[in-house]
Amino acid sequence: MTAFIVRRLFWTLPVILIVIFFTFVLMRQIEGNPFRTSERNVPESIQQNLEEKFGLNDPWYVQYAKYVKGVFTLDLGPSLVLRGRDVNDIVREHFPESLELGGLAMLFALVVGIPLGMLSALRANSFLDYTAMFFSNVGFAIPSFLVATLLIYFFALQWGDVFGFPTSGWTTWQSKVLPSLALGLGPMAYFARLTRGTMLETLQQDYIRTAKAKGLRWRRIVAVHALRNSLIPVVTAAGPILGFLITGSFIIEQIFAIPGIGRYYVTAVTGRDYSVVMGLTVLLSIIVILANLVVDILYGILDPRTREART
Amino acid sequence: MAALEVRDLQTHFFTREGVVRAVDGVSFSVDRGQTLGIVGESGCGKSVTALSIMGLIPKPPAKIVGGEVQWEGRELTTLSERQLEDVRGHEIAMIFQDPMTSLNPTLTIGTQIKETLRRHLDISKDAARKRAIELLDEVGIPKPESRLDDYPHRLSGGMRQRAMIAIAISCNPELLIADEPTTALDVTVQAQVLDLLEELQASHEMAMILITHDMGVIAESADDVVVMYAGQIVEQAPVQELFDHPEHPYTEALLGALPQIDDASGRNQRLTAIRGRPPDLIDPPKACRFAARCPHASSGDSCATHMPELREIRPGHFVRSQHPASERAGKRVEVTA
Ligand SMILES: Nc1ncnc2c1ncn2[C@@H]1O[C@H](COP(=O)(O)OP(=O)(O)O)[C@@H](O)[C@H]1O
Ligand SMILES: [Mg+2]
Repeated sequence: MTAFIVRRLFWTLPVILIVIFFTFVLMRQIEGNPFRTSERNVPESIQQNLEEKFGLNDPWYVQYAKYVKGVFTLDLGPSLVLRGRDVNDIVREHFPESLELGGLAMLFALVVGIPLGMLSALRANSFLDYTAMFFSNVGFAIPSFLVATLLIYFFALQWGDVFGFPTSGWTTWQSKVLPSLALGLGPMAYFARLTRGTMLETLQQDYIRTAKAKGLRWRRIVAVHALRNSLIPVVTAAGPILGFLITGSFIIEQIFAIPGIGRYYVTAVTGRDYSVVMGLTVLLSIIVILANLVVDILYGILDPRTREART
Repeated sequence: MAALEVRDLQTHFFTREGVVRAVDGVSFSVDRGQTLGIVGESGCGKSVTALSIMGLIPKPPAKIVGGEVQWEGRELTTLSERQLEDVRGHEIAMIFQDPMTSLNPTLTIGTQIKETLRRHLDISKDAARKRAIELLDEVGIPKPESRLDDYPHRLSGGMRQRAMIAIAISCNPELLIADEPTTALDVTVQAQVLDLLEELQASHEMAMILITHDMGVIAESADDVVVMYAGQIVEQAPVQELFDHPEHPYTEALLGALPQIDDASGRNQRLTAIRGRPPDLIDPPKACRFAARCPHASSGDSCATHMPELREIRPGHFVRSQHPASERAGKRVEVTA
């Protein structure tokens, strides 16, 4: 198992290099640079000075090599647009909010979604099942900005006195509830449906019949024999979803005015702030890669067959 | 006295297409220490019969709509699920056809034995572990200590079936139901597993229901035989009597399909026999269910209009046919003791 983890960690290196490379190439496809936008009227000499300073005149492979070196020494370089600010500063100041938001949304999605899916499967085709799956389908279908707007409207404005949730910000725990729910609802619905499906399938397996033939209590059959196997696909899906929640929360951050990293990402792309876009892309890629690594490890714990195939 | 007595068992599946009469009035009994063989081709209701005894039929769509299952004087069909759980694995144990899928792939062999022991017996963790090792040893799994922590996929099919058997006998059941226990195994392993079952049956003084579609297995292991066809019993007799004087044309066909020992081509040529397929169990005809395939049914007789009763043609030998071997062309076979 340890060997497997070490090897997986080792393999993340080339993946990160490739991610940096492609981001690099893509950014270079975009015409112009931050100092040559039409809106600004910067004298030619200053433009050249700036390009010199940030190494934009170097051949691409030199720029790439410098950048890779920076990433591995944990220095993502200066922002090209925000004067006197490093990408590291931006990450340090704004990333924790995004991480927390994504983490809370994930927690909500798992803690509510999995039991809901389980209950639906165990009471398949009952009223409870139909109700839960109806709301899961709805929750899965409506976009998060609409969920966010509805949550704000009802729980912060309409019944704000009762619930006491603020409409925006990321300070008190109350302020964190609505954004986390809005972001987590879709994945929650997804986990519920996925768990229900895999659980129903698992309950049909021969080894469940064996467990019954052994006289085991139903509770144990569900908890030990069925749940574990049902969670394997859920865990597989959880990695990418966690990455998506941490990286894909721009809209929610925007609606709730949360000072997360998403806003910087968007402004950096439109402002062609190469170093910020690159830095954030690399960071978020690493997060997704790590989330998948965790998934693989969990997968090995849940399913002994894969564990052996890999060590 | 019979340990298990099944009387007129009827288990039906209520499906969208109609009511499937998977088991349609089956009666038999199993005495302590005896082996009852149930034989018949695929789909004739052997598994559903076994699962009905265990209370393991999938509800819905299946339902026991009639009959009794008397176990040591108790009626099992009316027990609650919790009461049944105390019987299963403890008094009546069952093993299944496919050892590849019958064990949970995510739990060790040891866990799957120990959980059974601890469910039914008041036994400590350490004692359960020791007992599990003894059991693996007893079913002939080499190096049982190290096998305990192995996952099922590390074991071969034969070894897995042995592990299944270890689980089944762990709580010393009085009845073991083995549903095609060797069908999924290599031919070379089949005989070993069958021998093991016989050995264990003797040493544990268990009764056994051995389900198979292979008359060879019946010949080797059964004391009494039930031949099933399309959800019904068509012939029932002690094993020697059945092999010496088969009465039902279907039994004769099954025996004809049994390869002879001097047959050079071995077992591959099994089921030469019976042309045609069994009838649909949804709305089966009010007639002899075997009539369409029976070489002795002719248009003049009542086979197509009348369902024959299961009748005792000789003491202890029952047959459901208008054309049993001993009555064909007016002949009666002399029975010697
Ligand atoms: N889940 C099910 N739904 C409908 N019919 C079923 C189901 N399971 C079994 N049956 C019916 O029951 C009959 C007997 O099946 P089974 O007892 O498994 O046969 P076998 O003798 O091969 O063990 C089959 O012919 C099939 O039509
Ligand atoms: Mg079967």
